[in-house]
Amino acid sequence: MKDSLIECRAVCKNYDMGGEVIHALRDVSLSIERGEHVAVTGASGSGKSTLMNLVGALDTPTRGSLVVDGMNLETQDPDTLARFRNRTVGFVFQQFNLLPRTSALENVRLPLLYSRNGDFPNPVEQAARCLQRVGLSDRMDHEPSQLSGGQQQRVAIARALVNNPSVILADEPTGALDSYTSMEILDLFQELNDGGMTVIVVTHEHEVAAACRRNLVFRDGQLIEDVEMEGRSA
Amino acid sequence: MGLWNTISIALVALRLNKMRSFLTMLGIIIGIASVIVMVSVSSGSKAEIERAIDQLGSNMLTVRSGAQAFGRRGGSGSADPLTEKHLARLKEKFDFIDGISGSIGSTVPVVLGNRNWTTSVTGIHSDYIAVRQWVIEDGRNFTDREVKSGGKVAIVGQTIIDQLFDGSSPLGARIRIKNIPFTVIGTLQAKGESMFGRSYDDVIFVPISTARMRVSGRNSRGVPDQVGNIYLTISPDYDIKYAEEDIKDLMRELRKIAPGAQDDFSVANFSEFIRARNETSATLGLLLAATAAIALIVGGIGIMNIMLVSVTERTREIGLRLAVGASQGDILMQFLVEAVTLCLIGSLFGVVIGVGSGELIKQLTAIPVELNVPIIFIAISSAAFVGIFFGFYPARKASRLNPIDALRYE
Repeated sequence: MKDSLIECRAVCKNYDMGGEVIHALRDVSLSIERGEHVAVTGASGSGKSTLMNLVGALDTPTRGSLVVDGMNLETQDPDTLARFRNRTVGFVFQQFNLLPRTSALENVRLPLLYSRNGDFPNPVEQAARCLQRVGLSDRMDHEPSQLSGGQQQRVAIARALVNNPSVILADEPTGALDSYTSMEILDLFQELNDGGMTVIVVTHEHEVAAACRRNLVFRDGQLIEDVEMEGRSA
Repeated sequence: MGLWNTISIALVALRLNKMRSFLTMLGIIIGIASVIVMVSVSSGSKAEIERAIDQLGSNMLTVRSGAQAFGRRGGSGSADPLTEKHLARLKEKFDFIDGISGSIGSTVPVVLGNRNWTTSVTGIHSDYIAVRQWVIEDGRNFTDREVKSGGKVAIVGQTIIDQLFDGSSPLGARIRIKNIPFTVIGTLQAKGESMFGRSYDDVIFVPISTARMRVSGRNSRGVPDQVGNIYLTISPDYDIKYAEEDIKDLMRELRKIAPGAQDDFSVANFSEFIRARNETSATLGLLLAATAAIALIVGGIGIMNIMLVSVTERTREIGLRLAVGASQGDILMQFLVEAVTLCLIGSLFGVVIGVGSGELIKQLTAIPVELNVPIIFIAISSAAFVGIFFGFYPARKASRLNPIDALRYE
């Protein structure tokens, strides 16, 4: 039996840009299972980032049904969506989005400040564990300005992991990195996926897409291709 | 997110922009400091006036010859002087009079051995000491006999003891006033200065009959039993307003003033006069405090301004916080707490500066300053209110940001 994490049914997303309606997503249906490693690709404006925002509950669909980890995202109030973002998803951004002049440890701890559950009685310890998992246990007290781009992105990944989310959503995670560092980051995602984490990467780079087992290709707001990459082993 | 977390996030944010935070606080600091100084000065003068009333005796009335108590008055010779007869009739008619005394003052030289000192020598009845809130420290008051028959005895104040006797006991000594020898029979406890700056201690009292005959020389004007001004105290269980009216009526009768004609004497209530003055200065103090409160509002506007800048500057940070699970309420609280923290820290500085400058004013000038403790708490809570009021709009703006746009904000 399939263990579906994301169920997307006929999802549309329209933006109203000064009277002109932009159809960012048109009737997209797809499903992603737990433990998958998926790349979402397409040209800019193809709708891949919009899909990401909807799955991450940063935005709500105009039409259609979207269920992530058992929650119907199109019908929730803002506080529930905030809690969902806090517990269920971990975001990784192209520009890292770390808090400046704040230590790596504090940056990783940030989501725990907003979770009201008692899952982590010792947030500092949990944050330190996540930094260790991305190989930065010796850089905990460093501020972002004292870290390389690759290290900063690792801190961001540790931050995404800190609340034990069901899925990691990475939006162009290697866009600001050189190719060698990019490979390291992709390896880290692979490692997390091997450990059972669902990883979804939005990218327009073929190398990045090639590192994932499944590719979803978007064009003009529609899913035009859904391919399993046979070359990689699970 | 707990309140403590929110506060620590706010403190970190403020610390990252120390200079800006300080400049933002400046308005609040100045506002709070000036409120505290203004109110301290106002309550200082209020307290001083209360003290002056206490010194003067709050239930005392003064009767003078001549119209109008304060302001323009005919020269002292223009109306018939008050006499022993007036005084005796007042005393026998009204039970509510606790003490009554005439007072004939003149400034004359006093000699002891080879020292001399010019001071105010006042002829009094024995009640005068109590009526004017003096206390005999050593020795005794005048006897009725001394008062009536021109006894050459004197009661002296502290300044006289210091100037003529080098502080040693003057009891029994003989001093010469206008070349007439007087025996010192009593001394007065120190009383300090009047609110008009005259020393209460630079005085010598002599029996009123003696003053009339030998010191002031007033009997030369043909009224042998004049008593100068009459001071009297009213029993505390009688309303001083009624007493004033009763005394006026009797005096009109005694001085045969036709109905409708103007009084040729006046009855004055000094403490009323001082209270009226007090009200003026209290009003002035309030006005100044209101001006200071305006400074506080201007400070609040400064805070709103900087908070709006800060929200714009930190749009990406806000987007990130929303993405990792901050609710709108969390963001609202964060910026609100930041604004309130700015105001509270500013108000603490303001309190320190305000109390400090109050103390400085007290040390360096003659302006009376009294620290008003409740106003410190009022000032701090109004600063917190200013923070909430002016911080709300920027905080709400931050919390309403769309996370996607905020994350992409350049």
